Amino acid sequence: MKLIYFAWVRERIGVAEEDVELPAEVKTAGDLLNWLRARGDRYLEALQDPKVIRVAVNQEHIDHREPIAGAREIALFPPMTGG
Amino acid sequence: MSDACVIHVKVQAEAFDTAAEIEVAKAAGRQVGAVVTFSGVCRDESGRLAALELEHYPGMAEAEIGRIATEAAGRWPVTSLTVIHRHGKLSPGEDIVLVVAASAHRQAAFDAASFLMDFLKTNAPFWKKEHPADGSSGAWVEAKADDDDAASRW
Repeated sequence: MKLIYFAWVRERIGVAEEDVELPAEVKTAGDLLNWLRARGDRYLEALQDPKVIRVAVNQEHIDHREPIAGAREIALFPPMTGG
Repeated sequence: MSDACVIHVKVQAEAFDTAAEIEVAKAAGRQVGAVVTFSGVCRDESGRLAALELEHYPGMAEAEIGRIATEAAGRWPVTSLTVIHRHGKLSPGEDIVLVVAASAHRQAAFDAASFLMDFLKTNAPFWKKEHPADGSSGAWVEAKADDDDAASRW
């Protein structure tokens, strides 16, 4: 599965995207954030306040409680500031 | 509600021509009686900023704006909705975003344009980074609670 990062999430993690194999127990977007936070300091710094992190699955916003099964592409990013 | 709303969404680095986009909206037909435009422009924050850099999520940016426009077209009897959002480095005075809403009567066009901008702010995947005029490293612009409040009123 492809993970994509934007804005300061991308800068803090240090890569724009990566391919990962998720363990079976990672079922929701919230589970994914917790799993990533355990991967190292850069992830912990980027995701230290999980509630501000927005998640999109296959280019659609989802809530942290929603499942991510079947996702091809999951993006993590800060609150949006366009317009 | 609108059986023939034409939706145009463009995400691009290049500048756009607002007058030309208004003509496109009017060209939909003689039933068009109102065209509302909103332009979002890069500010210099009293000389503090040299530029804003807009990052976006290619693919999702277009898709999300399209979803917001489709929702607006379902709520108001608009004849066309155009949204153009730029990305990349923009200098003060340059256009960032354009919304054009056209309808038979003005209220639908005003409301649809306002709705589009409110949801574009909170849901379209774009992020602004400041480039200070003094050459220091810039910070990411923080999302405002006011923007969430504006979107929740709909």
